[in-house]
Amino acid sequence: MQGNLDWFFRWFHILAGIMWIGLLYFFNFVNVAAVKEATAAGEAGPISKYVVPRALFWFRWGAVVTWIFGAALLGNFNAGGTNGFVAAFTLQGAMAPIGFGAWLGTIMLLNVWGVIWPNQKKLLGFVPATDQEKAKARRRAFLASRTNTLLSIPMLFFMATGFTSQSQGIYH
Amino acid sequence: MKNPLDSLWGTVISGFILTAVLWAIARAIVSHALGAGA
Repeated sequence: MQGNLDWFFRWFHILAGIMWIGLLYFFNFVNVAAVKEATAAGEAGPISKYVVPRALFWFRWGAVVTWIFGAALLGNFNAGGTNGFVAAFTLQGAMAPIGFGAWLGTIMLLNVWGVIWPNQKKLLGFVPATDQEKAKARRRAFLASRTNTLLSIPMLFFMATGFTSQSQGIYH
Repeated sequence: MKNPLDSLWGTVISGFILTAVLWAIARAIVSHALGAGA
């Protein structure tokens, strides 16, 4: 029974992960510079009104779905008699690499919902904020987003070289 | 000192450095476990 849903969990973990990290890279590699240039030209309004709210919706829910299917994938794995989810998050032996990836992904998820989204709500006018509060929120959201971009690099490394990969030799 | 997160390339390079550090730690954990017969 154990491996029967592995393909399904893995498939949706990757689908949602592309949605999440793809939009993270869109924000950091494209949108930050685009908004800066558009603001200087007095044309940033449509981006903030039509693009960012939609991108943030798929971004934050993509993060949740990615984590849930990743947790299911780990929980469905038997790591030498220990549940894979427990073995990964407690960095047990050969599960340590995927555990590092799981921890990084979890920190990134908490960053999305605990820092980026609350601050973006102020910037988008979903919650009231003064100009000073908006300036602080902009900086916080920016740094949290950049932190997630930084963390995504080792996170993807450990996802790509985790327990089912033939790259396990790099850990011996 | 300038915050590396203010630069896209600073962010990316920091990500690669963190990857190397965490890889070394993960490798030590796996090697230790294998050495212990796990």
